[in-house]
Amino acid sequence: MNSVNLNSILRFVVLILAQALVFNHINFMGSINPYPYILFIILFPVNNNRTLFIFLSFMLGLFLDIFSDSGGVHAAACVTVAFIRPAVLKFAFGMIYEHQSIKFNNTEFGNRVIYFSILIVIHHLTMFLLEIFNMSNIILVFQKTLFSSIFTLTLCVLISVLFSNKQQ
Amino acid sequence: MQQIINFVIRNKTSLLFLLLFAISLGLTIQSHTYHKSKFINSANFLTGGIYESANGVSEYFSLKKQNEILVEENNILRTQILNGSDSAITTTALVDSVSYNGRYKIRTAKIINNNYASTKNHLTINKGEKDSIQEDFGVITSKGIVGIIDNTSNGYARVLSILNTKSKINAQLKASTHIGSLEWNGKSSELVQLTDISKFAPVREGDTIVTGGQSSIFPQGIPIGKINSFVLDVSGDTYTIEVALFNDMTNLSHVYIIENLDTEEIKQLENPIDE
Repeated sequence: MNSVNLNSILRFVVLILAQALVFNHINFMGSINPYPYILFIILFPVNNNRTLFIFLSFMLGLFLDIFSDSGGVHAAACVTVAFIRPAVLKFAFGMIYEHQSIKFNNTEFGNRVIYFSILIVIHHLTMFLLEIFNMSNIILVFQKTLFSSIFTLTLCVLISVLFSNKQQ
Repeated sequence: MQQIINFVIRNKTSLLFLLLFAISLGLTIQSHTYHKSKFINSANFLTGGIYESANGVSEYFSLKKQNEILVEENNILRTQILNGSDSAITTTALVDSVSYNGRYKIRTAKIINNNYASTKNHLTINKGEKDSIQEDFGVITSKGIVGIIDNTSNGYARVLSILNTKSKINAQLKASTHIGSLEWNGKSSELVQLTDISKFAPVREGDTIVTGGQSSIFPQGIPIGKINSFVLDVSGDTYTIEVALFNDMTNLSHVYIIENLDTEEIKQLENPIDE
């Protein structure tokens, strides 16, 4: 239990720093940035206190907002994703989730990609809607969401494969 | 409706979610209003410090390019000195910072965090209140304008970039004195839009756009960019001009901060009664 907590704290700090210092400055094709910091929310242990989880997600977003001067955009998106995560888990993994014994390393790859992409798209859509905050630019919102989501999804899958500790 | 209320009251998770979401929404809305985003900004001790140490490493990657820019600027200044007042750019207000009789005081700073990919871009610089940097000082490079300082902490300051949809800067044509306001539509980091230029203005592609003398932030005549294309508005009264920036906003390092020493006096003159 203790190592799980330690792991989460480490992830929190490392992902914020990596996002603020590296991923915010990638600017692929001029303006496409990935946001792999939501791996913290995606991979947070499932059988845990939901109130704490939502609060931690809020703090994650808020720290990132401070780093990237974006008001409360990331915080809002993170809180939303954290709130709807159980529903997405149920949708993507079905029965395994019902038994509350899910380990992301042991799930099927296809299910995991579906789960990742739903959360990422919702996160990005909320974020860009709030960031641009202008209904006349709705096309720009969708465009940014699409491109960034693809980028983030690729990175998230890669990172989660790279750092998964297979302990069968 | 009753059902929704019951659901919320029963469920503390949803309640917390709504509370936190409302807080972040409030912060977002606050950040969309100019000069209100006081709490959430990168010009604080923690983020400023982290950005500065990260920049300590990454600045080496662009040293060569920055050297070239500095030499280029030295070249321009040298030419200006040697050719006396004949130089073409005497109007650029690179006023001698040693003389305190001038209207403008210039300080140097370094950009430690540069953003240009979102629609609300801010930069962070490594000078703050302890270097007498305050809000509403202009920030320029040797090539053109960068933005306006909108938040300061003790050691760092945040700059509202011209690549921010909130930014509005007074600008004019160099050839005539028709003024307009410089905005950004959030699309390309190389193009900004100059609106409200009268249809009687002699607009030609390739003409230079400079800052106007209407604002008390920038001196008149600081270069901004050149006209890329222009269209007459639907109303038919004004031009909207696409301006290609002289500055490469994606590669900024050394900047100058301009303090207008007459700001107080101008403000007093403009609002003599109220406040």
